Amino acid sequence: MENRVPTGAEKLIQCLEREGVEYIFGYSGGAAMPIFDALVDSSIELILVRHEQGAAHMADGYARATGKPGVVLVTSGPGATNTVTGLLTSQMDSVPVIVLTGQTITPMLGKDGFQEADVTGITYAVVKHSYLLKDATDIPRVTREAFHIATTGRPGPVLIDLPKDVTQGPCDAPFVDDVDLPGYTVPTHGDDVAIQQAAEILSKAKRPVLYVGHGAVISQAGKAVIRLAEKLRAPIVNTLLGKGAADETHPLHLGMLGMHGTAYANKAVDHCDCIMAIGARWDDRITGKLDEFCVDAAKIHIDVDPAEFGKMVTADVAIAGDARLVLEELIPQVSAADTDEWLAQCEQWRKRYPLKYAKQGGLRAQHVLDKLHEITRGDAVITTDVGQHQMWAAQFCLSTTNRHWISSGGAGTMGFGFPAAIGAQLGCPDKKVWTVCGDGGFQMTQAELATAAIHKLPVKCLVINNNFLGMVRQWQELFFENRLSGVDLVGNPDFVKLAQAYGVKALRIRRPSDIERILTEAQEYDEGPCLVVAEVVKEDNVFPMIPAGAPLSGMIIEKPKEQMAKPTGST
Amino acid sequence: MSSPTPIQNAPGFRPIAPGNAQKASRDLHTISLLVSDAPGVLVRVAMVFSRRGYNIESLVVSPAARSGFSRMTVTCSGDPAILEQMIKQLAKLVDVVHALDHTSSDRYETEIALIKLRCEGEQRRDVLEVAEHFSAKVVDYAAESVILRVYGSSEKLDAMISLFSEDSIVELVRSGKIVMTRALEVT
Repeated sequence: MENRVPTGAEKLIQCLEREGVEYIFGYSGGAAMPIFDALVDSSIELILVRHEQGAAHMADGYARATGKPGVVLVTSGPGATNTVTGLLTSQMDSVPVIVLTGQTITPMLGKDGFQEADVTGITYAVVKHSYLLKDATDIPRVTREAFHIATTGRPGPVLIDLPKDVTQGPCDAPFVDDVDLPGYTVPTHGDDVAIQQAAEILSKAKRPVLYVGHGAVISQAGKAVIRLAEKLRAPIVNTLLGKGAADETHPLHLGMLGMHGTAYANKAVDHCDCIMAIGARWDDRITGKLDEFCVDAAKIHIDVDPAEFGKMVTADVAIAGDARLVLEELIPQVSAADTDEWLAQCEQWRKRYPLKYAKQGGLRAQHVLDKLHEITRGDAVITTDVGQHQMWAAQFCLSTTNRHWISSGGAGTMGFGFPAAIGAQLGCPDKKVWTVCGDGGFQMTQAELATAAIHKLPVKCLVINNNFLGMVRQWQELFFENRLSGVDLVGNPDFVKLAQAYGVKALRIRRPSDIERILTEAQEYDEGPCLVVAEVVKEDNVFPMIPAGAPLSGMIIEKPKEQMAKPTGST
Repeated sequence: MSSPTPIQNAPGFRPIAPGNAQKASRDLHTISLLVSDAPGVLVRVAMVFSRRGYNIESLVVSPAARSGFSRMTVTCSGDPAILEQMIKQLAKLVDVVHALDHTSSDRYETEIALIKLRCEGEQRRDVLEVAEHFSAKVVDYAAESVILRVYGSSEKLDAMISLFSEDSIVELVRSGKIVMTRALEVT
């Protein structure tokens, strides 16, 4: 091997190798060419996507499934701007992603050069942190810092903008192991006094609820949640993103709460006298009308990000720290109160308001997803897109294992599910990975069928096809006098033929009697991707539902007879 | 020697609006930040305010005692609860070492202003009288104008400026408030 100073790009790739990066999700282009060149000699495998948004979601799915940061590499200008939706998705859901963007040469910065965009400027609002790397000497330091920032505390995306002259020129700076970030501190163990106060409140509670969010997934706090719930004899509810942290099939678990959560979870939250948020942020999908949310209940808030305290809800006790570490210190300090009556009440709600759907009169998404749960038994990684299918999947596919449920929550990004599943499958090659998509969202990133096919990834893609943007149609039906506008997806392709055009195995479910056979066939097919399209009834609604801005007590279990007023809450 | 014309009635002067000085400093919060001297830090800080549609009243950025760090002093008005949350979001920024609201802390604060006034003849004497009262220094003395330099609390500056009519003020530059906590408390 010739003894020469490495280029900036080579140094960068060496730094990524030292960080343990296995895959880079990327799309090449002029300003990123030195980096793509350096990848030729690297142990890191490049996954060439079909659109940069796909790369960003794959890296996100990889990160959520493995807990390791996902890495994206794109070129300048439009290559970089195409990752912005992915950055928002990762930022809103606290996912560690590193986005490397090529940039024009430093003397051309700000001069409207070809494919130049002020990428750090465009992305400030959607990153945890970012760098414009103008000096090759900084490559090892910045790379180390980026991985540290992305993966610690409340994780999030970090962007590094890399001018081509920096990656093309020499870099003989040594590798960096330690970071020096005086403005960046990460709380770990919670404050002892606050934990003691929380223990006192919990021990006195007659009607406690543990409200579990994505923070519990990230910190692997699920087992501690179950231990605490069993000791307190308190019911557990989780958010859309908290699914899987604590086993949803546990007898104390009431499933998902919030806008389309189970009625029994929402009733429990609405009647509790103490609610503890564990890595959750009292999102508007959870609280409904804030003024009427758990007004008389004591509130405890565990979060690794102190900026969440007092943002939506001012808790009686706020504990800044890692959810798992805080719970482990909390558990020995609590004693069980008498909650028999409370648990009996919750069980009564569970029996009285079960999730239900019709098994006759056409194929229903809920039926398909119920069967999917039966076939996967919580052992598959399930990613979803955004919309009705997402809510039904969250209701019916109970999650038993950490990092096995992947969905775009905060951003609600359509087009996320399928590429996220590709990333998850690469990260978990021994797992069955399913994605549940709607016909709308799937078409936003369907070009990644090629990516899945080339790598023979056994991703199973279930497209719930109702030829509508179902969730918006549901709102128009309920709140806008059924004046349908911009929701009819007439012109959808035949998804089976579409998949086949990419050389992807494809199956179709037309009737309820097809469901089990076809899902099983897909589940057992491991030679490559398999698309299953379920041609479901056109018009169906997700219930229960708490209209945006309504209090939890305003939950509706089925379609009301009268036209409803337009919701006042955010979207 | 004739008696000096009362300032309120002199051309170029406007009457003092009672409570005007207090009104200008309504609900003003003074936030001090110690930040890494990194490109983009000003934008990141400004975005915490702009995201909520908050206006920054004044902003002073200067090198801190330790090299590699800068000091920012921000004054802005708004709901205290929202500001408290914004300060947490400021502190969360990787480049921000700390962010503290000094609105109620024991502190010394000051501001400097340069005021260019159009004045000739009789008016000049009145201007100089005001200047003397507020311990302002004349730093430029031209045929038809003077520049006054004055420092002190922002309220004092407000009070002095309110004595001049808008027509007489050609230009006004204020540094924005800077603040330091008393004794060994961290600013």
